[in-house]
Amino acid sequence: MSLRRPAKNQPENFEFSSSSLEDARKIVSKYPQGKQQSAVMALLYIAQRQNDNWIPLAAMKYIAKFLDMPYIKVYEVATFYTMYNLSPVGKHFIQVCTTTPCMIRGAGKLVEACKEKISENECELSNDKSCSWMEVECLGACVNAPMMQINNDYYEDLDKEKTLKILDQILNGEVPKPGSYRGRINNEPENNRKTLMDYKNA
Amino acid sequence: MLKDQDRIFKNLYNDMGSDVSSSQKRGDWVNTKEITNKGRDWIINEIKESQLRGRGGAGFPTGLKWSFAPKEVGSRPHYLVINGDESEPGTCKDRDILRFEPHKLIEGCLIASYAVQAHVCYIYIRGEYFVDGQKLQVAIDEAYEKKLLGKNAAGTGWDLDIYIHYGAGAYICGEETALLESIEGKKGQPRLKPPFPALIGLYGCPTIINNVETIAVVPTILRKGGKWFASLGREKNTGTKIFCISGNVNTPCNVEEEMNIPLKELIEVHAGGVIGGWDNLQAVIPGGSSMPLIPKEKCETLTMDFDSLMAEKSGLGTAGIVVINKDQDIIKCMARIARFYKHESCGQCTPCREGSGWMWRMLERMSKGDATKDEVEMLGDVTNQIAGHTICAFGEGSSWPVQGLLRHFKKEIVERNNLDPIVQKKNNIPYLVDQHLLDKKNA
Repeated sequence: MSLRRPAKNQPENFEFSSSSLEDARKIVSKYPQGKQQSAVMALLYIAQRQNDNWIPLAAMKYIAKFLDMPYIKVYEVATFYTMYNLSPVGKHFIQVCTTTPCMIRGAGKLVEACKEKISENECELSNDKSCSWMEVECLGACVNAPMMQINNDYYEDLDKEKTLKILDQILNGEVPKPGSYRGRINNEPENNRKTLMDYKNA
Repeated sequence: MLKDQDRIFKNLYNDMGSDVSSSQKRGDWVNTKEITNKGRDWIINEIKESQLRGRGGAGFPTGLKWSFAPKEVGSRPHYLVINGDESEPGTCKDRDILRFEPHKLIEGCLIASYAVQAHVCYIYIRGEYFVDGQKLQVAIDEAYEKKLLGKNAAGTGWDLDIYIHYGAGAYICGEETALLESIEGKKGQPRLKPPFPALIGLYGCPTIINNVETIAVVPTILRKGGKWFASLGREKNTGTKIFCISGNVNTPCNVEEEMNIPLKELIEVHAGGVIGGWDNLQAVIPGGSSMPLIPKEKCETLTMDFDSLMAEKSGLGTAGIVVINKDQDIIKCMARIARFYKHESCGQCTPCREGSGWMWRMLERMSKGDATKDEVEMLGDVTNQIAGHTICAFGEGSSWPVQGLLRHFKKEIVERNNLDPIVQKKNNIPYLVDQHLLDKKNA
């Protein structure tokens, strides 16, 4: 299990914006009548998106009221799942995969790059408070190892230099192009493709 | 090598695009109505005849699973749930299906829903695959627009709605009952079985849960016939499978191949060989991190299917192959996997919650040479205390890789760890039980 604690400084109030409210209603309608609790995970995501990438306790209380469920149940969910950030992580949240398949292809170098560019310790905001990084468990792009995720996008086939370049762009407010950084197409064997050749040339 | 015409996922590398019209060119959605018109029993029998086994790791026969759904819909509706919570280290096959072959999955959902009489299907996708989930959502929206979903979906007379439910970074939600808990809006902690989800599942209703890859191959099997699928591979291990080859190989990749393909062929032909040559191979994890590793000697002749790997005391799992060469420290690799399991344990059962951290701490010390000789035995003992003593299979999943390490690399561990704290005080390790004796003068 992982230890997760809510931030010390919490805002007093939280309310969905009108666009969030619309999204939330749409999501609740996906589930059968009376089973609106199912929407709690999606609503926490909406709150996280609205509140600069983290979920304050006030948002959990708001969602509990919205879905007519006990606050503690929302708190349980928010603290159980690791993708809900319980304290500020910055506008750009960088997650470096360091599980074995990435580790043996040099994920440690990516961590070094993050330490150089962003902050000495993980889960610590950079000087301009715009981003933070952390080591995470397998992100499910093992054949593109080593890789990292920035907000929703995957950056694959990296090494230290490429990571430094990406982080520079992020710090300058640009959005680097997601995908493979060795120029290969998706998950095909690089320059070694032996299958589905007719389709490749089609 | 498998012939291209026998490959099911022709757009695995996205050469053609994933919208409806290009999918139709590959044969999806062509005669869905004719398939469902043949009836439920025909569909289930055909799947049984194909001997398709679940692609999510356990390898349970899919046709059999579908036949567990109640024959008549009672007061409770039936549900179909697709497990796309792919989090097993070494595995990244479902992601490619979600983003490049979404219509195979959607059509599979329609046929499977018809076979188990479900009108609602939830696709559970791990939260990290948000972008890929959005691509699937685009495909679902297009399918609704073209009347392939919704009321009288694809002219089959069957109504089906598909919804995506995103997870939020919990590996354990790949376990089917934890996944159901998660859809119900709770912590993802597995339920006791029985009752099995086929009778009491989502919201207490009969629910069939299948992996993304399992469902995505169904339409092709029904089109080409169960016999065709059964003719590939070997008895009880039939058909094709997407293998993910990662780790220390020259060209890591996903590739669809026949079951029972030699491991060496996969690595040498598709993955471009081990970095540093075949002789530099140390070990291979054959089926995602939960499966015990296999040392080099056995990799020479090993074939990749459920039963032949079982015979090697390992398993095919999700077919995520992680190649580890001799440049890596095998104990460190396994310590990192143990850390993964420590992080992902849901905390419900004590043996797993406490044991997973225990194994990780021991392995971390063993990788540094800070353990005593008898701790090696103790580590084996801890794994046995976890496996089989938990509600779900996570207990086995976390202890098997460590057992695999002990089975094949015990010599390496013992050589590195010959600390004897009673006789010689070499290091100050406070957590060794006997350390306090050394600190007392009269001890």
